[in-house]
Amino acid sequence: MPKAFTPKVVTANALLAGDVVYLTADDAWSADLRHAELLTDEAHAQVRLVEASARHAEVVGVYLADMMPGENGPEPTHFREEFRRTGPSNHHHGKQADL
Amino acid sequence: MYHYNDFDAAFVAERNRQFRAQVERRIDGSLTEDEFKPLRLMNGLYLQLHAYMLRVAIPYGTLNSAQMRQLAYLAEKWDKGYGHFTTRQNIQYNWPALRDIPDMLDALAEVQMHAIQTSGNTIRNVTADHFAGAAADEIADPRPVAELLRQWSTDHPEFQFLPRKFKIAVTGSPNDRAVTAAHDVAIRITERDGQIGYTVLVGGGLGRTPMIGKVINDFVPQEDLLPYVEAIVSVWNLLGRRDNKYKARIKITVLEHGIDEIRALVEKRFAETKDAFNGADLALFEEIKTHFRHPNFRNVTEEAYDAAYKADPVFRSWADTNLAQHRAPGYAIVQISLKKHGETPGDASAEQMRVMADLAYAYGHDELRISHEQNVILPHVHKSDLPAVHAKLKAHGLATANIDLVSDIIACPGMDYCALATARSIPIAQQIATRFDELKLEHEIGELKIKISGCINACGHHHVGHIGILGLDRAGVENYQITLGGDHRETMALGQRTGPGFSAEEIVPAIERIVEAYLENRKGREETFLQAFNRLGMAPFKTALYDQEARVAAE
Repeated sequence: MPKAFTPKVVTANALLAGDVVYLTADDAWSADLRHAELLTDEAHAQVRLVEASARHAEVVGVYLADMMPGENGPEPTHFREEFRRTGPSNHHHGKQADL
Repeated sequence: MYHYNDFDAAFVAERNRQFRAQVERRIDGSLTEDEFKPLRLMNGLYLQLHAYMLRVAIPYGTLNSAQMRQLAYLAEKWDKGYGHFTTRQNIQYNWPALRDIPDMLDALAEVQMHAIQTSGNTIRNVTADHFAGAAADEIADPRPVAELLRQWSTDHPEFQFLPRKFKIAVTGSPNDRAVTAAHDVAIRITERDGQIGYTVLVGGGLGRTPMIGKVINDFVPQEDLLPYVEAIVSVWNLLGRRDNKYKARIKITVLEHGIDEIRALVEKRFAETKDAFNGADLALFEEIKTHFRHPNFRNVTEEAYDAAYKADPVFRSWADTNLAQHRAPGYAIVQISLKKHGETPGDASAEQMRVMADLAYAYGHDELRISHEQNVILPHVHKSDLPAVHAKLKAHGLATANIDLVSDIIACPGMDYCALATARSIPIAQQIATRFDELKLEHEIGELKIKISGCINACGHHHVGHIGILGLDRAGVENYQITLGGDHRETMALGQRTGPGFSAEEIVPAIERIVEAYLENRKGREETFLQAFNRLGMAPFKTALYDQEARVAAE
């Protein structure tokens, strides 16, 4: 039996600042995971990944990250994506300072 | 300090000009990331978890006050007001924007600094003993050797596309403070029959396959050093496993071929190429040495030091813990801890960098060093100036008296910053330091080196920590393995794994139990943790670690 598809978001780093960004449903890049498009269909996710990867003048290192649906939008399923969302835990700076 | 000539300045300026154009082309879309990535890495620019990271070379960890002030300026103008000093004596900026990098590199060039060969499959920034030129036990200053190697290796056409990165460390003292045996090539200055020469080791390294370097030649004469090292790199350049990046380091080449075969190949290559050096390297070496002459040491009374030592217990504690013996009478080596309890190991704010620069300028013959243990050294301070130095350090959070103690922890950036990391390391270091500060046990425990890595690449040197901690991802949860008995000195040993790892919540109590077991089992205060471990073996520590776990689980 094929493995169930885990929902995903398209994520990358912004070219100019390196910030973690997420692809929204209207093709914008947002620093807020809550605005990301949650991709629940595997084929659609692959299409969105290909489209996003072509935008190399905007972002770097595009990939699909596992997520789960939450009350306010996608939520990370792995701690790495949690730290990418929240920023470093040693200083109150980076993303965590902006939340 | 070495001062570069017009040719050197022009070389760096041209490199910066090229990179500025490459950044512009990346931003305007002319270059893809695949095309740009090798170019940025050649200039020390990484893309990490949350931002770009610029790694700046501090050759053999040596810099002057003007250079330290410029590092502070970069931190303030283009970053978030701090920098991170690393185990390879570099400084990293964690938050620069891509379009600012060319300006940062130009600002570095103003003080004869750069980021060349701080990344990529090339010969990296050469590291050395952080007490170089000052240590009482020194045979000869390792910095001229390191500078010679740096000039030889910079943009060396044969070595810009090596199988993997290549790291060289140099020590001039029999007491190894540069972790030399954990480098691809270790150069240990030695003396035989009144002649200075070099014991050369190859194939050391930590990472996923930790290995201690093996002696390839126990005495390379001074005049043969550069052609001999070139022969080593050249042999590995041909033999290295380009088919598999995990097997591409020279330690694997030495393992697969054996040290005897490698030695024979190196000797053959050395015989072929040594004449080509034609003495030019020796002439350069003599010229380099003149830049590293000892400062004019003062001969004044130590009364001020003696008075402060007697009157002020805080100063006394700091002096007992953070000073090292200097070669010149009346002088001390000052170790400035960047490990204030609860802070990020190796981080210094721009303000702190300026304070250290001011102290070096006023009291330290304008010299600073970065240690592989992520601290800063003032190598030459007269004891009469130490009360003033301590007061200024104290006022800026830089007088923590914990060098070599349980909170003097090496910690790699880990998953808080690093794209390669599989777990965090900085918060664990912060929590351990804070916990033992609360217990007020640090000085009672004595020398104990904890080293933490956030992934198998071992940037935190965990394999050679008395207590090593390796952060891993276990089924989507941060998990921390412990090793005991590692040794980073000339008596290098790799730590032994204790058993199953611990969660982020469990790791600090686990470390506390190990330390308690040491305190209960040691012969006395004079027996260090490492000595006790070597005498007792793993058993009492495993009991302390896991029996209680089992009891708690059973309850």
